[in-house]
Amino acid sequence: MLELKNISVKKGAAFIVSDVSLSLKAGEILSVIGPNGAGKSTLISAILGDVGLEAGQINFACAPIHAQPLQARARHIACLPQTSVLSFPFTVEEVVMLGRVPHSSGAKADRIIVEQAMALMDIGYLYGRPYTALSGGEKQRTQLARVMAQIWRKPDAEPRLLILDEPTSSLDLGHKQQLMAAVKYFAEQGVAVLMIEHDLNMVANYAHQLLALQCGHVVAYGEVSTQLSSALIKTLFGANTQVINHGGMLNIVNC
Amino acid sequence: MIGFWSVNDGYVMQRRLLKLHLFNLHISPHSVQQYWPWLIGGACVLLVILILLALTVGAVAIEFTSLGQWLHARLYGLAVPDKQTQLIVEALRLPRALLAAGVGALLAICGAAAQGLFRNPLADPALIGVSAGAAAGASLVIVFLGNTLVAGWFGVSLISLGAFAGAILVVVAVYRLATHQREGTTSAATMLLAGVAFSYLAGSLSNVLKFISNNDQLRQLSLWHMGGLEAANFTQVGLIAGVLLVVGGCLYGQYKALNALLLGESEARHLGINVKRVKGRVIVCIAAGVGVAVALSGVVAFIGLVVPHMVRMLLGPNHKYLLPMSACVGAMLLVLADTLARTIIAPTELPVGLMTAVLGAPVFISLLRHRKNYQ
Repeated sequence: MLELKNISVKKGAAFIVSDVSLSLKAGEILSVIGPNGAGKSTLISAILGDVGLEAGQINFACAPIHAQPLQARARHIACLPQTSVLSFPFTVEEVVMLGRVPHSSGAKADRIIVEQAMALMDIGYLYGRPYTALSGGEKQRTQLARVMAQIWRKPDAEPRLLILDEPTSSLDLGHKQQLMAAVKYFAEQGVAVLMIEHDLNMVANYAHQLLALQCGHVVAYGEVSTQLSSALIKTLFGANTQVINHGGMLNIVNC
Repeated sequence: MIGFWSVNDGYVMQRRLLKLHLFNLHISPHSVQQYWPWLIGGACVLLVILILLALTVGAVAIEFTSLGQWLHARLYGLAVPDKQTQLIVEALRLPRALLAAGVGALLAICGAAAQGLFRNPLADPALIGVSAGAAAGASLVIVFLGNTLVAGWFGVSLISLGAFAGAILVVVAVYRLATHQREGTTSAATMLLAGVAFSYLAGSLSNVLKFISNNDQLRQLSLWHMGGLEAANFTQVGLIAGVLLVVGGCLYGQYKALNALLLGESEARHLGINVKRVKGRVIVCIAAGVGVAVALSGVVAFIGLVVPHMVRMLLGPNHKYLLPMSACVGAMLLVLADTLARTIIAPTELPVGLMTAVLGAPVFISLLRHRKNYQ
């Protein structure tokens, strides 16, 4: 569904992303890992067309992604940004409703979708509250509900791609697991998921595929169960860990 | 101890009630949606009442009964019995009140759109240099072309054209300066600073023009700069109505995009909004609207800043409701301010720009003080 062929992105004179290829099928969760400044967010920007490509090609649904009209693309691809700049007092449900902007599915259907998305992210209790008065984690979950509402229904658009830039960074443990369960549920409905994630335990237990970036280069790419090792973590982060297989569950332990 | 707590609680309650009355008049989005026809209808009725009130007040007071007779005669195409009323209302007060309403609506709707576009509740068109640019452009026309062409329809449109050109030049310059070349993101802080710088630049150009102008031109310039609606006629009303219709319609057409833009520029793009095109359209609309408003009435301060603030506190930031309601409230406030300006030290008239500044500045300061309560 999503295919990157040897893409490179340049900022000034330096290559931020060089020669990255990947392919993502419907229902798959791909996790991009790597140290700060490895080019993970730039890779996402390149997919979304926010930065130009120096070389390579990106195909979505078998067609060059940047040739597709913006609004049509927005029905297929939703992206959760790393930070939010919203400083106007929209209420929580209004923010989630903004996810329905690319669709013309009618106010009634949209309201139901907004309610369901809010329930999935456990923010039903925030109904009517101004976004600006929320805590960091609540804001994050509101934004997540918004991007999920954007690609909520199969009949609206198919295939669907969900891009998440550090979705769990400001969530507590319970909401982290809840978020990942929601992402997994989305994947089971046939949504392809590409996410940047720093919590390796989350990567180990929820993602199918793994792409490790370092200085813009691919260090490892493939199945999580085969690729994630203490040697890879040592190369990427210079951290000493042990990867323990605990009855089918991978555990990364500091040591 | 119990006494202490109860006193303290009472104090807190008092503070809460006070805030509730003054700054928490918020209507929930659901209710706004439900009662929108009533809200906007009520605002329009109030505007008509204010305009009718403005017709009765002035150096010569007009009785409600004779105004009623005039209105009845005009509505049914009869001859007006009272010629004096007809003259005062139709030649002086009606065009003036309508021009005030048009200018107020235009300034407020442009202010609301500018604040949405720049994601900054302080981005009044005047603060980002539009007014100063328009003033400089109009001054250029008055000084270099004014002697031959200042009178009549052509003169009005030429000064408007100068103001429009000045406004758009400054907006484009400020916008270019504040926009990151590669990433295409606009920094609101840089924009406000650039607005201040360009305001000074345009202001000094205006001063140079004043310095080299002759007596006639100088008088015309300084009267024009103070902002006044006393020269209103129906040609100007027609012009402002046309511009309001086009600019208001165009901005209202972008309400979804403006809502999405509040999330951020790349977020709006990910929602399928063509951000570059929307930004271009909205900026041209703002420059045109403010340019024409400044050309016809001089610099009228604070309407574009304070009105969207007040409406946002009441209805929330959704541009679907914010834009039309701002236009209505802006029209009301300027009609009211102009009526006050005409009567407060009658028979002398204050420039209306002075009036809005005197009324608007304290309101704005109190808004800044209570920012946290509604953001």
